[in-house]
Amino acid sequence: MLKGKSSKSALIQITPKQNRNLFLKGMFLMELLEGEREIIVEHVDAILKNYRNDRENLIPILQEVQGRLGYLPGLAMEKIAKAINIPAVDVFGLATFYNQFRLNPPGKHQIKVCMGTACYMVGGQIALDSFERRLNIKEGETTCDRNFSLERVACVGCCSIAPVVVVDDIIEGKVTPTRVDGIMLSFETDSQKKKNEKEKCEEEGNQLWVQFLQKDAMKN
Amino acid sequence: MGAVSTERCYEKLKSKATEKIESLKQKPVVWIGTATCGKAAGAVKIREAFKEEITGKGLDARVIEVGCMGYCYAEPLAIISKPGFPTLCYGHLDEGLVKRLVEDFLVNDDPCFEFAMVALESNDFFPTFTDFPRGVYEQKIILEHCGFIDPEDIDHYIDREGYAALAKVLTMKPEEVLAEIKASNLRGRGGAGFPAGTKWEACKKAKGSVKYVICNADEGDPGAFMDRSILESNPHQVIEGLVICAYAVGATGGYFYIRSEYPQAIRRVKTALQQAREKGLLGNSILGSSFDFDIEVFQGSGAFVCGEGTALVNSMEGKMGIPEHRPPRLSTSGFRGKPTVLNNVKTFCYVPVIMRKGADWFKSTGTPSSPGTAVFALVGKVANAGLVEVPMGTTLRQLIYDVGEGIPGEKKFKAVQIGGPSGGCLPKSALDVPIDFDSLQEAGAMMGSGGLVVLDEDDCMVGIARYFLEFTQKESCGKCTFCRLGTKHMLEILNDITKGQENELASLNILWELAEDIKAGSLCNLGKTAPNPVLTTLRYFRDEYEAHIKEGCCPALTCKHLITYFIAPEKCSKLCNVCVGSCPTEAIYTREDGLKAIGQEKCVKCNNCLKACPPQYNAVVKLSPPELLKEKESELK
Ligand SMILES: Cc1cc2nc3c(=O)[nH]c(=O)nc-3n(C[C@H](O)[C@H](O)[C@H](O)COP(=O)(O)O)c2cc1C
Ligand code: FES
Repeated sequence: MLKGKSSKSALIQITPKQNRNLFLKGMFLMELLEGEREIIVEHVDAILKNYRNDRENLIPILQEVQGRLGYLPGLAMEKIAKAINIPAVDVFGLATFYNQFRLNPPGKHQIKVCMGTACYMVGGQIALDSFERRLNIKEGETTCDRNFSLERVACVGCCSIAPVVVVDDIIEGKVTPTRVDGIMLSFETDSQKKKNEKEKCEEEGNQLWVQFLQKDAMKN
Repeated sequence: MGAVSTERCYEKLKSKATEKIESLKQKPVVWIGTATCGKAAGAVKIREAFKEEITGKGLDARVIEVGCMGYCYAEPLAIISKPGFPTLCYGHLDEGLVKRLVEDFLVNDDPCFEFAMVALESNDFFPTFTDFPRGVYEQKIILEHCGFIDPEDIDHYIDREGYAALAKVLTMKPEEVLAEIKASNLRGRGGAGFPAGTKWEACKKAKGSVKYVICNADEGDPGAFMDRSILESNPHQVIEGLVICAYAVGATGGYFYIRSEYPQAIRRVKTALQQAREKGLLGNSILGSSFDFDIEVFQGSGAFVCGEGTALVNSMEGKMGIPEHRPPRLSTSGFRGKPTVLNNVKTFCYVPVIMRKGADWFKSTGTPSSPGTAVFALVGKVANAGLVEVPMGTTLRQLIYDVGEGIPGEKKFKAVQIGGPSGGCLPKSALDVPIDFDSLQEAGAMMGSGGLVVLDEDDCMVGIARYFLEFTQKESCGKCTFCRLGTKHMLEILNDITKGQENELASLNILWELAEDIKAGSLCNLGKTAPNPVLTTLRYFRDEYEAHIKEGCCPALTCKHLITYFIAPEKCSKLCNVCVGSCPTEAIYTREDGLKAIGQEKCVKCNNCLKACPPQYNAVVKLSPPELLKEKESELK
């Protein structure tokens, strides 16, 4: 189940409810990249120091880990379980029960399509379909190069400009398939520009992710 | 002795705050709405533009961030107050307009009336809120200060009688406070309308020295945002209500349970709590009395079912948010097994006002069985979408046509969806139902969370029912078989109907039976109310279900699988190429005779061409059932 170097697999049994949620979350745990493991351990240890080993703190701990790493790697969940002295399955159960937690790293660019009532009624689904078509992934998934992730969210609070899409915290209103093409095009020209400037280090989307994490590690 | 010192403590705070606000009013101030709705519409850019212009011109004016006034359709919004002028509100701002306002109003004394929306206090030049239909019907108790005060500065709230109720309560006996709340007949605004006083009393009577008060801000309904707006616009009123409740029931600890999707609300509440502590309104010996109390924030993790009391408590204890059997009720055994009061954000928000103005004053608004006001997030096909507060007993018609100013375009009203996933859809014939807990329940809907969605002729009722059921189905925690499997079965039937794969009318009876069984066989209100959207649409819009099943036709032309797009040759101009360019999948092509046509195998039904076709032609039409296409095409030949 848990892929990647971190896993001690077969540790965890999954209930149907969790299984469904896993599926909804675009579940297959992604492989850890070079250097990621150390970053994870470092962050988790630092966070655990700030909390009493009490089950009541489990959700706040998970929230903070996700806040720093962008997701909950299997390795992190196991470490937390050990620290709080509960079975790993309990941590895993919680992480799959709540919608907030993600088990896969988010893309470098996060695309959130509002599926609140107002947006749904005027074409939220059409916007979502368009992104799925353009990115060739389903909602809840991340593209293989980890550049984009696609999610549906509930009302983001600007129903008067529905349908709404949040792209990297910038809110786009009245989104049509044409606008979706426009958004994607602007990313493409952006990355083209950067590529020309610094061809080497942009070659691998993967490399970027590690850099991002390292930068983040230094900040904290 | 306690009473005297409490009063004196408060007087000191109050006079300091008033002094600060008065000095603020001596100079021009720009108040910008930066709640989430404002930010979404670009308020941050507007704020920066104002700051830049003001510094650029070397003016002595301040820019202050406020919350949401409820006029979300006109965001970004700003209020400008300048001594000697009426305080005016401007909507739909952009950077050009900001330049103009600073230049003309702040520098040159011309208030640009042509751009103003409304004046805040009555004057000889410009209409105020009460001169508009919306202002006539609206009566603001809990939204009174929202959008007009700085939520990150406690002095703004104190200046407007904030924490006066707390100061008064601390000189009373807890029993008297409880009696006042009971007398007001305040009913919980979290959905079910349970009397707050009764709940508080049960907790007060429960044995134990440790008790908790929790504010439920887990607003999970996908189309509602009242609680968030209140927390972002005026967090102190909720805090004050919570502290009063704690005093009345003798609680020792307080919590805000806020969903983590509301980062700005969380931030503003935390700031507010910190400021309250600094002023001695929280912590040890509040306002010099012998009452100690403090509040913490817990972030929910995005599960709709955690809005349910027992699930919420489980989730705070670090477990999965799964509801439990009741009794024991939370009021006897809640968080950490201790007696707990759980109330909604809005419920707490009423408390300070009731304590200040009295139960009788509160009961003079609304209906006898549901006193007070109702707060709605009015969205959907309505001209003035936003946050509204009207007295209980206002009819749906007044709310939609007077407060919301009706349906935009030439469209016809079809239904109104109240209460989100637990509520129902009411048809035109129910427009005169008064809004209160009991009347709505009778009509088959529910006050619920307070989402109110207006639907017009372009909305498919089967699709709406399916949308809400899909939501509850996903959010079902899986504990009860009926809720877990029953909703799934219902959803499958609805999916089939909207895809045209169901041709037995008998499936409607199965839907009905399943709905009744789920209602009977579920433990918590998530399951008990999940079938409501389906039941009400079946009751009032059965013909639409039948059209889907019998004719494979979606009367509202929205179910993707039951429509096709077609370019009417008699309307197509031949010379214009807009639709071809608009198609994201290159399905539209030009025929030999110059007419445009759609390659159906490539069409993804994204509606782009229909929107793109210039209004003078309006050549793109939707057909349902899709078989109509063959007829049309053979006509063409
Ligand atoms: C599935 C479900 C979701 C709920 N969601 C909320 C919510 O988001 N906010 C809320 O205040 N109450 C919610 N409730 C109602 C609470 O269980 C509870 O009745 C309410 O918080 C009590 O406060 P009140 O008496 O002030 O209404 C929900 C109930 C259920 C069954
Ligand atoms: S429903 Fe999308 S912003 Fe409200």
